[in-house]
Amino acid sequence: MNKILAGALFGLILGAIDGATAWFYPETHSAIGGILVGSSIKGMLVGLLSGWYARRVQSTKSGIFLGAALGLLFAFLVALMQHAHYLEIMLPGFVTGAIIGFLTQRTGSVKRLAER
Amino acid sequence: MDVSDSVLDHLRHVAALPDLADTRFELESEIGRGGMGVVYAARDRQLDRRVALKVLDSALAGEAQLIARLEHPAVVPVYETGTLPDGRAFYAMKLVAGARLDRHLAGTASLGERLRVIRRVGEALAFAHARGVIHRDLKPQNVMVGAFGEVYVMDWGVEAVAGTPAFRAPDTRLDRRSDIYALGALLQFILPPSAPPALRAIVAKAMHAEPAARYADVRALLADIERFQEGLAVEAWAEPPWHRLRRFASRNAVLLWLLAAYAGVKFLLFFLRNL
Repeated sequence: MNKILAGALFGLILGAIDGATAWFYPETHSAIGGILVGSSIKGMLVGLLSGWYARRVQSTKSGIFLGAALGLLFAFLVALMQHAHYLEIMLPGFVTGAIIGFLTQRTGSVKRLAER
Repeated sequence: MDVSDSVLDHLRHVAALPDLADTRFELESEIGRGGMGVVYAARDRQLDRRVALKVLDSALAGEAQLIARLEHPAVVPVYETGTLPDGRAFYAMKLVAGARLDRHLAGTASLGERLRVIRRVGEALAFAHARGVIHRDLKPQNVMVGAFGEVYVMDWGVEAVAGTPAFRAPDTRLDRRSDIYALGALLQFILPPSAPPALRAIVAKAMHAEPAARYADVRALLADIERFQEGLAVEAWAEPPWHRLRRFASRNAVLLWLLAAYAGVKFLLFFLRNL
């Protein structure tokens, strides 16, 4: 599995898990489906970009930083659309991005890059 | 010792010096003395370079032919062989500027550096075994570490040498498994007292009294050392569950910290919300 695919997969799963934690807030129950889908797509986008970066740069530290920055950026955009819950969306998004960035550095192959 | 004794000693020493008049080499000084001969530093007049010259006690130069078969970065290359007027065989080889393994480690070598040296020695052994050559006398005194970290294994496969007791396998017949035993003994020698149990288990398996219970080949031993260095489970040790857990935690420390940070953030947000 290449790094981009691995990133997308990890992003999708971690994004979904992050979205699912909204269930702990009763007022979100009615919108949980939308939150799950949105969070999964957000995670997948972070994973795709982190995976693309991991194919070019093999550095766990910079992978974590980039993932965290992307997670923060996408979470900010989501919060901006709602004009609310900035902290509740951005803080977990930041850490989830860092995890995705780490996983894309540690897993997946860079075979296609080496063949060039 | 009176004057006549010292004169006699001097004469004996001079008489034992190799006569290199018919060779391209010029004697400089004695470097070392072993069971099979004496090693001198010499100058190659033709190529204007310093070499190590080993003069054997016998006419047999099989050792040189054997080493010449081993073209490997960790085996000192032989330049030339010959016979002295007194019938003794000699061979010239690269003069390694460095320290013997025991002296090299007397400094502040880290565990990683110690294992690096062992792996280089093991690679040379595996290479030799693949060519049907066994070392027979692997010990710290036969391993040199150069100024740039290069590792050389010396004194290969001399039939007459029965090995050094602390590094010699209890086997009646010396073969590849005896070299594996010696490599295990070398690993034991370089390990600090606080060595992890996984490394001690590798030593125990390599030095097992029963040859069949040792590693099947040098590569298997090296693979176990590599697994240890990568934080994986080693073949030689059935580690207890708590140790496996600790190894997992240390191998995945960053991921665990990130997951803990996520959980911490979620708890913090939940706590702030319910204030």
